[in-house]
Amino acid sequence: MKFQTPHSVEDAVAILVADPDARVLAGGTDLLVRLRAGHMTPSAVVDIKRINGMRDITSENGGWRIGAGVACAEMGEHAALKADYPGVVEGAELIGSTQVQGRCTVVGNLCNAGPAGDSVPALVAAGATVRVAGPNGTRDVDVIDIPTAPGKTSLKEGEFVTSVFLPARAANSSDAYLRFIPRTEMDIAVVGCAVNLTLDDAGVVTAASMSLGAVGPKVKQVDASALVGSTCDDAAVEALAAAATAAATPIDDKRGTIAFRKDVSGVLAKRAARAAYTRAKGAST
Amino acid sequence: MAKDEFEKREFKIVGTRVPRPDGLDKVTGRARYGADMSAPGMLFGYCLRSPHAHARIKSIDTSEAEAMPGVKAVVTRADFTHVPASGGTKDILDNVMAGEKALYDGHTVAAVAANSRSAAKAALKAIKVDYEVLPHVTDVDEAMKPGAPELHQGRQQESVPEGFSQNVLARSQYGHGDVDAGFAKADIIVERSFKTAATHQGYIEPHACLASMGNDNQADLFCCTQGHFMVRNTCADIMGMESGRLRVTASEIGGGFGGKTTVFLEPVALMLSKKSGKPVKMTMSRDEVMRASGPTASTSIDIKIGVKKDGTVTAATGDFRYQSGCFYSMNGALGAMCGFAPYDLENLKTVGWEVVTNRPKAAAYRAPGAPMAAFAVESVMDEIAKELGMDPIDLRLLNGAEEGTKAAYGPTYPAIGLKATLKAAKAHPHWSAPLGENQGRGVGCGFWFNFGGNTSVSLMINPDGTVNLSEGNPDIGGSRASMSMMAAEELGIPYEQIRTIVADTASLGENDVTDGSRVTFAVGLATIKAARHAIEIMKGRAAATWGIDADAVEWVDGAAQPAGPNAGKFPPLTLKDIAATMSKTGGPISGHHEANAEGAGVSFGTHICDTEVDPETGAVKILRYTVFQDAGKAVHPDYVEGQLQGGAVQGIGWALNEEYIYGEDGTLQNAGYLDYRIPVASDLPMIEPVILEIPNPGHPYGVRGVGETGIVPPLATIANAVSRAAGVRMTSLPMSPPKLLAAIKAN
Amino acid sequence: MSRIHVNTTINGDAVDYLCEAEDTLLDVLRDQLDLTGSKEGCASGDCGACTVELDGRLVCSCLVLGAEAGGRTVNTIEGMADGDVLHPLQKNFIEKAALQCGICTPGILVAAKNLLDHNPDPSEEEVRYWLAGNLCRCTGYDKIIRAVLDTAAEMRGAA
Repeated sequence: MKFQTPHSVEDAVAILVADPDARVLAGGTDLLVRLRAGHMTPSAVVDIKRINGMRDITSENGGWRIGAGVACAEMGEHAALKADYPGVVEGAELIGSTQVQGRCTVVGNLCNAGPAGDSVPALVAAGATVRVAGPNGTRDVDVIDIPTAPGKTSLKEGEFVTSVFLPARAANSSDAYLRFIPRTEMDIAVVGCAVNLTLDDAGVVTAASMSLGAVGPKVKQVDASALVGSTCDDAAVEALAAAATAAATPIDDKRGTIAFRKDVSGVLAKRAARAAYTRAKGAST
Repeated sequence: MAKDEFEKREFKIVGTRVPRPDGLDKVTGRARYGADMSAPGMLFGYCLRSPHAHARIKSIDTSEAEAMPGVKAVVTRADFTHVPASGGTKDILDNVMAGEKALYDGHTVAAVAANSRSAAKAALKAIKVDYEVLPHVTDVDEAMKPGAPELHQGRQQESVPEGFSQNVLARSQYGHGDVDAGFAKADIIVERSFKTAATHQGYIEPHACLASMGNDNQADLFCCTQGHFMVRNTCADIMGMESGRLRVTASEIGGGFGGKTTVFLEPVALMLSKKSGKPVKMTMSRDEVMRASGPTASTSIDIKIGVKKDGTVTAATGDFRYQSGCFYSMNGALGAMCGFAPYDLENLKTVGWEVVTNRPKAAAYRAPGAPMAAFAVESVMDEIAKELGMDPIDLRLLNGAEEGTKAAYGPTYPAIGLKATLKAAKAHPHWSAPLGENQGRGVGCGFWFNFGGNTSVSLMINPDGTVNLSEGNPDIGGSRASMSMMAAEELGIPYEQIRTIVADTASLGENDVTDGSRVTFAVGLATIKAARHAIEIMKGRAAATWGIDADAVEWVDGAAQPAGPNAGKFPPLTLKDIAATMSKTGGPISGHHEANAEGAGVSFGTHICDTEVDPETGAVKILRYTVFQDAGKAVHPDYVEGQLQGGAVQGIGWALNEEYIYGEDGTLQNAGYLDYRIPVASDLPMIEPVILEIPNPGHPYGVRGVGETGIVPPLATIANAVSRAAGVRMTSLPMSPPKLLAAIKAN
Repeated sequence: MSRIHVNTTINGDAVDYLCEAEDTLLDVLRDQLDLTGSKEGCASGDCGACTVELDGRLVCSCLVLGAEAGGRTVNTIEGMADGDVLHPLQKNFIEKAALQCGICTPGILVAAKNLLDHNPDPSEEEVRYWLAGNLCRCTGYDKIIRAVLDTAAEMRGAA
């Protein structure tokens, strides 16, 4: 195995094009586990962290662009980003331990294409896009379209994700992400749920989106229209929960059962909706 | 019964909280654990493991691996030509290197040594094993049924009645009285069935060793183990060598909890070293630790208890079915002995079953067999308390064992501390603190035998008056500090003047494994006696110096002095004075003691736990936890507390989330810390330890072992708390959220 | 196979080493530099026994490639004491019996020091969550958490 440290996106693409068995290294918190376990034997590892901009969080068109090498802990330390997208940041900050936080990235979490990635549901609910660099230049892709199945992405040969973009926030908007795990830390989500809301000045929901993790082969967008026109009252939240439970298509595995995941999808939908609503209202005052 | 050794006395050092002698090395990274040693020219050894739960090994072709660059040796079972003398050791050999069959996912079938880690791992992939996959069984109840896939033939003991699979190796029975007559007298009978999943000891340090063996049939082995004398004896038997030719040195040990009371890598490393002629280092990955080293038994248990309206138990029965992996273990018998040990019962019958399945051979785990039994018995006791509307502590006090009680496993108890722990629990503010919504409080009792065993200690007086103590038991939780304290107490010198080391197998007499909570008791007893031996010699030197009778000398505060005015008037001779002149008064001075220690005092504990259950998700939060345990005498209270706290938290993990999960194909699904979920710091509150001291008559200071009892009550205590919080009796461990939520919804 | 030459700084000293691309920083520390204070408990980032600081941030050294450490600074348990003067956390872990077997202790000390460097007055809950990635199987964490909180108080008092 070779270790490559390109200093430009073009160089990185050239390496990836020339060597289809090469793998991109950002935080390494998934890649190194697979390497050590012998589950993956790439011909080269391409460390993209030395490319300019990969480790930056920058304001762009009122939104935020987050480089592919930005550690999740760095997102948590970015006050303005956190104020705009507390749910995205809390999802990112739930990945792994303090030690893993210092390395793991949301782009890595996305491209790992695990159904239970904690940072992905809130990115999807936020309508985030990623910028993909490849032999034919760059393209922007909706986050939801990157994973296609467990462990599989829509990235083509020679392509890699250079950044994720969170769009500008409307007034009175916020989000929340909650997951269920058996312990308080260090587990993979058994169910994850993100809710993203925009309110009018009277506190009525004007736009809502929700996505669920770990209840299907990839993150699932769920119709959250039950909340629109409401003030997140009990009836609206119960309707949202029913939608979440109905939409979940989980499997039985070592982390949970189908029945449990469907039930908890509804529970987390309620709790995340209320948390996002409280934040969005707080944002308006 | 052992003679009464206990003498009441005032302590100067025992009972204080001195810094441990190995502390500095351990906070600076200097301490050498199993994987931290290297040797010049060392090779790296790795195991090839079966991917199948049960398979006949038709052939193994190692030729390609042997020809690879850097590869210096490949071994399979064919290299182990010596048949071990002991049947138990034969099972160990079958476990460390599969013979005709691979019996579980992870069973070693071959091993490689090469001059780099990567070369060794590459060679593993080049070994070709032709398996004939066989049907498998991993569940205890399934394994007992006639027609179940069978692991062995001809190993079933005569105690097993007809109608069971050959997987049932043994049946044992305990009890007394007439249970039918007893149940006939009962006003209420509660009968429940329980299941518990297998758990792993979860020590953070994977197994590791460094072996060096030459063609002169002499060998050195450095390894992490709970008993290096056991490693020596077992490996020598497997290798067909004389034990005196194998010197084993124990590394610092990164946790064991019973899981390092046997060997896994060591014989393989020795064989690789012998074959390659070079030192070989082997370390397990976490995956290997989980798949192939000592989990505990999984169980299926039926309990029936009858009581009168006032709470008096009239009869009790228990059927304890334990699977202990692919070889014989006596876990079921231990469950049958321990489950009812806290109670004074007129009529009792318990049966223990030993069952084999396609899982790794179980190793001991802290009070092996007892926590699951206590879970079942104490859960039924809680049900009875609820039905009677009785305080569950009062129910236990009414039926609790005390001095003179005929124990569930046969003998009659001497002075014991069960009722003291119950009374302390009842009087503690925790028991009467208010509870909120969705919260519940549980209580549970537990028992462990404790052990003495073979022990050798040497205590050397150095010319400058310092003292070295050599003991032969790896220090797993601060025992070097405890031994130094007891030696200092006896000798009457400062703690800092003594340095205790764990000697290798060529430097000290035989010692049993660090298990059975035996070290502070048995090694402590031997330490005290070795110190007394040295004192006798020093008194003799003083007597000779003064020209008086040795009987006329006494030892007070670290010095010899005349035993009264009649003995003569001489200024005291301190240990330091005597040491300084010892070469002129008769030569070096050392004390020693060797014994198969008897008189280990049984130990009881009572735990209280508050939990909060999220009724929408089944998540359980531990709100408060208090441990009451009889330590006999706490030599170093900090480390006694540590044992109680650590045992409780391991029990919390067992009760809530830890479990071996096997797939349909019989392979382990969660062979790592990600999905084998041991408690993390944020899961827990502080664990309050309350130490009670009811002296053990079998030890000069009254010491009882404390290491194991602490894991016995938690499973039941937490189950009782969760059952009360959730309003539904939980009879299956772990009470993971999916299981608990399903139970809540079904209720 | 050609190996990678890496220049880095470890515990304040300029260090260089040759490693294979697969080697983790933990492999390099333990096998090449004999800095065996960092332990391998899982090799998957789940136990924290290999915790070191990389450019001041906590990482599991099993999840960092040795080749990535070029030009960066690494601090391990071996660099925590100042000569023969122990860090207050080290001193208190001994005095307050915050270790039993000690295998997790180096990782926990490195992680706890990093916490106190950033947050001199953490709550019990903050300490527990900060250290959630450092597994300890012996102690039940009680005495560890107390030792960290007591050290924080002591260091604030001394400051």
